[in-house]
Amino acid sequence: MAKTMFEKIWEAHVVREAEGQTLLYIDLHLVHEVTSPQAFEGLRLTGRKVRRPDLTVATMDHNVPTTSRLLPIADPISRLQMDTLSENCKEFGVTLYDLHNKKQGIVHVIGPEQGLTQPGMTIVCGDSHTSTHGAFGSLAFGIGTSEVEHVLATQTLPQTRPKTMEIRVDGQLGPGVTAKDVILAIIGKIGTDGATGYAVEYTGEVIRSLSMEGRMTICNMSIEAGARAGMIAPDAKTFEYVKGRPFAPQGADWDAAIAEWSALPTDEGAAFDTLVTLHADDIAPYVSWGTSPGMVAPITANVPAPEDIEDEADRKATERALEYMGLTARTPLTELMLDKVFIGSCTNGRIEDLRAAAAVAKGHKVSDRVHAMVVPGSYIVKMQAEAEGLDVVFKEAGFDWREAGCSMCLAMNPDILQPGERCASTSNRNFEGRQGKGGRTHLVSPQMAAAAAIAGRLVDIRDWDKE
Amino acid sequence: MEKFTTLTGIVGPLDRANADTDQIIPKQFLKRIERTGFGQFLFFDWRFLDDGKTENPEFELNQPQYKGATILLAGKNFGCGSSREHAPWALEDYGFRSIIAPSYADIFYNNCFKNGMLPIVLPEETVKELMTKAQTEPGYQMTIDLPTQTITDSDGLKLSFEVDAFRKHCLLNGLDDIGLTLQHEPDITTYENKRPSWKTGAAQPVAA
Ligand code: SF4
Repeated sequence: MAKTMFEKIWEAHVVREAEGQTLLYIDLHLVHEVTSPQAFEGLRLTGRKVRRPDLTVATMDHNVPTTSRLLPIADPISRLQMDTLSENCKEFGVTLYDLHNKKQGIVHVIGPEQGLTQPGMTIVCGDSHTSTHGAFGSLAFGIGTSEVEHVLATQTLPQTRPKTMEIRVDGQLGPGVTAKDVILAIIGKIGTDGATGYAVEYTGEVIRSLSMEGRMTICNMSIEAGARAGMIAPDAKTFEYVKGRPFAPQGADWDAAIAEWSALPTDEGAAFDTLVTLHADDIAPYVSWGTSPGMVAPITANVPAPEDIEDEADRKATERALEYMGLTARTPLTELMLDKVFIGSCTNGRIEDLRAAAAVAKGHKVSDRVHAMVVPGSYIVKMQAEAEGLDVVFKEAGFDWREAGCSMCLAMNPDILQPGERCASTSNRNFEGRQGKGGRTHLVSPQMAAAAAIAGRLVDIRDWDKE
Repeated sequence: MEKFTTLTGIVGPLDRANADTDQIIPKQFLKRIERTGFGQFLFFDWRFLDDGKTENPEFELNQPQYKGATILLAGKNFGCGSSREHAPWALEDYGFRSIIAPSYADIFYNNCFKNGMLPIVLPEETVKELMTKAQTEPGYQMTIDLPTQTITDSDGLKLSFEVDAFRKHCLLNGLDDIGLTLQHEPDITTYENKRPSWKTGAAQPVAA
């Protein structure tokens, strides 16, 4: 029978089935400092061990300062959380890439970078953006801390089977339109709960033509549409990306892996529970105007007017969002003046993102009214960027070039927005207070963020050359 | 884990859609390494004024008639956003044992069950009616009975709700998931023995 890629991976990982629950085997468990301390504590209290330390990797990302690594960590609670992870990893025999390790970085950047992330795997992490790894044709999803403990103790997870959704994007993207714009357009179309209960597979010409980085950007934000997981079939590009990385199979193992991975893509004629289609011609550079990732519009649009909205709940939500965002209905989005710009995060903090932003920034100066920050997704991305001279481009243009980490994506470290400040950000969430209490976030692509930093306001990247 | 059988309590209304986990428990409180003590930070930015201390009188749950509420009535897509289990920890620590909403984000929904909390899904229309009741009848209470999967109140309300049989069983008996899984340890070992050798130690460096 014809099967979807999701079904193939799911079925290959069933340990047992009973009472509507499937016990799924987990191939790779990624751990970070914020969602793991209580899980390790649980193991200690019950006298349990980590079943497969060899399938578990930990890093520090959420809390880490992005100033020099030589400075002590000023916040004692952040430090305690990081120290706790170090001690836990030592006690339970888990590999840790700490602050001073050359492999440190955002957990969803380092997994692919190290070749830990491979097609066909089940991958979990106590972080909702684990869906990123689905870009390699794996089943990857975020879990809570109790589930982290469960996986540590058993290397399995009881799961109910999600439904499947195909999101197909046909055509060819126009100039200035990126993977970020595609996923924002998708979320705008189906809503922040449009894919709740589904494992999504992205298909179509647009997806196939994206680089691995672009595919990761798409899968990363699946969770913002509520999806349990987002995935993209592996192809030659995927194999090329994985090959030769530190944890990738080698020699005869590589051949065995390729044979297995090549059989993963969804069979011709396999049925999804739901199909959503978009066309590239309808996707412009996107920007979010509100306080949820579904509140997005093409950059050419105006701030929406609540009175135009029929549905009462939507209208109320829009009113609330405009008030929080300090916006007047019908203002052109390109007139919104900015205070900060953030380029980074697990959505857009990879080398290709930095290259794209640098290409825009080159030879320009950041507007006087803006503080613009570039935070590489990992130490390796940072080194690569510096080897290519991107850091010089950014610094000459007046951008603040930082160390790797999550940084202002969630503002748990000292990088934070002040109340009322408006920020163009390449991250994934524009919730109230996400980047600091009272802070106002507009989600955009790296190109759009760089252009916005220079103009001091949101701009349409397609008009950039003409300005 | 604490058992859940029957719950009678005050209903606290939170009439907003898409209440995300960043609102339920803002990130500055995620640095604790314990599971307890998160209730004081629940809905922090909504609940307190800018000084972080004074209760915001406009926030629904701060009104005196909802003090001590154990049932939270919320809008659709409750708990969307991050996977932080700190969200159900904060709700539980504040005093909520059950939530009623038209829909939830997946990870949040799962996380509730792991903490002895019962998230109930009811149709949007029904939630709206209950919202009106909770907003207009001071001290409005209801009873949630898990064994019979029913919700009742003193006005003669009677609603039934769905819950996955396995999760119900775990809640009723306060069962620890990990303990249950470990009863099937031999199945896990059998599975592991079948995995191709190139997958063992996927997280061990291939070459030093
Ligand atoms: S970059 Fe942001 S979304 Fe990604 S893991 Fe870090 S905090 Fe989470």
